[in-house]
Amino acid sequence: MSESMTLPLHMRRAEFDPAAELAAVRDEEGVRKVRTVFGVDGWLITRFADVRAVLGDAERFSNAHQMVFRIPGMPQRTDEEIAELRAGNLLAFDPPEHTRLRRMLTPEFTVRRMRRLEPRIHDIVTEHLDAMERTGPPADLVTDFALPIPSLVICELLGVPYDDRADFQRRSGRMLDLSLPPQERAAASLESRVYMGELVARAKADPGDDLLGMLVREHGEDLTPAELAGIGSLLLLAGHETTSNMLSLGTLALLRNPEQLELLRKEPERIDAAVEELLRWLSIVHSGMTKVTTTDVEVAGQRIPAGEIVICALPAANRDPALAADPDRLDIGRDSLGHVAFGHGVHHCLGAPLARMEMRVAFPALLQRFPGLREAGPEPAFRSFNVVYGLSSFKVAW
Amino acid sequence: MSEEQKPVRIRADRDVCIGAGMCVMTADQIFDQDDDGVVVLLEPEPPAQYADLVRRAVRACPSGALSLVED
Ligand code: HEM
Ligand code: HEM
Ligand code: SF4
Repeated sequence: MSESMTLPLHMRRAEFDPAAELAAVRDEEGVRKVRTVFGVDGWLITRFADVRAVLGDAERFSNAHQMVFRIPGMPQRTDEEIAELRAGNLLAFDPPEHTRLRRMLTPEFTVRRMRRLEPRIHDIVTEHLDAMERTGPPADLVTDFALPIPSLVICELLGVPYDDRADFQRRSGRMLDLSLPPQERAAASLESRVYMGELVARAKADPGDDLLGMLVREHGEDLTPAELAGIGSLLLLAGHETTSNMLSLGTLALLRNPEQLELLRKEPERIDAAVEELLRWLSIVHSGMTKVTTTDVEVAGQRIPAGEIVICALPAANRDPALAADPDRLDIGRDSLGHVAFGHGVHHCLGAPLARMEMRVAFPALLQRFPGLREAGPEPAFRSFNVVYGLSSFKVAW
Repeated sequence: MSEEQKPVRIRADRDVCIGAGMCVMTADQIFDQDDDGVVVLLEPEPPAQYADLVRRAVRACPSGALSLVED
């Protein structure tokens, strides 16, 4: 990491909380001009209503005009190279191109589909708890529980060999690590596409009944190999890095709020509400993709010209008193409906039903198996320079 | 409350729906998803006791596909 690099404001936190300065922007001016990780200026949107409005307006706030490819110091890419890098990445398109891709994927992520996966998720969780119990305390909750469970689930769903996990977990780690030079992140992203391209070629020759096989069978004609690889790459990354950090950070949040933990243990039927509240309170994705204004707009009284970068601070919005009373308190008894931890609008998390299912199975199973679960020290390591907030290690005993 | 007694009429715009399933998770008595993941109303005019649940689903929908038809 280059020492001169400072963490962008929307990513600054004090353990579980957004930085005081970020909350102050929300409570005072609402919108502030900031320096983005790309080294150019952008506008930070912090209030709940404004964030929902921006995320809900793909016409005036575009994902397709990505600045990612125009970072100062990055080698200039040709249009073809850029097209190849974007192909299949839902987050890099606006409607109607986005709609075309999303429509092919939604059938695989319906609530009903996810309910069918539930028994298998139970088995995977049980296997990992058994392994922790066999080895005995202490354990690292990240490497023994939080990371392998969603990784295995997304591998089975997609049709990615789980034995390749060391490689793809390392690549995802580098893609999301904002302390690395953009060139290195881009290289990791290219490697991931090459790897996924091989899996796609295999699926084309012999499509299985997993998601890659389904895409090849049902949309093999409409999707280019680059698109197929891009979709696979995005799902693999988004499918394990996110849920994994919710599981580790969420467990720590419950342990540090013992009265909430006690309530959940006593009344396990509260799990759905607890998951929503943890999503809101932790808001592990700092912001969605950066957006670019397609016209002059006004947000929170601030005029923003066309062609400027806009960043939505999800943790600030989710701690807005306009969404929840006493918002900085973790309260599994509250109704956090409408929170933006999964984003909002057309890019609202495709995997949300899967992530919710994984959490509603994994948290209760963990708490039930180890009634004496506790931090074992050293202090859990919060990771900051990352697209997804969370823990890089978390030692527990029971 | 008299508000609660009024029947609710739901409108679902299937072209806008992104299949996030928030409505199904909130009220699966009233909403379903077809094989393409697109919202289907099981009950376009649910009885008044569902009014609250329906309002929650409308609020939860990330795409703006759902609305209440007020008479
Ligand atoms: C603050 C928010 C974010 C920033 C600043 C950011 C930045 C970047 C950058 C610099 C790259 C490398 C692009 C390249 O040159 O190849 C990238 C790629 C990528 N990002 Fe993000 N990102 C953000 C949010 C997200 C989120 C929330 C997700 C997923 C849920 C995501 C998924 C990806 C993926 C999958 C790639 C690889 C792209 C590809 O293979 O085409 N990003 N991002
Ligand atoms: C608790 C875990 C998760 C959180 C907090 C989360 C959060 C998010 C957020 C905030 C976005 C919107 C990004 C934006 O607007 O730029 C997003 C998009 C996305 N997520 Fe998730 N996610 C989670 C789990 C998953 C899982 C398990 C999968 C995959 C199976 C997944 C796949 C995706 C995809 C494909 C998109 C892009 C959707 C689109 O552009 O249409 N996510 N996620
Ligand atoms: S919540 Fe909205 S977007 Fe999601 S399935 Fe229901 S109607 Fe469609």
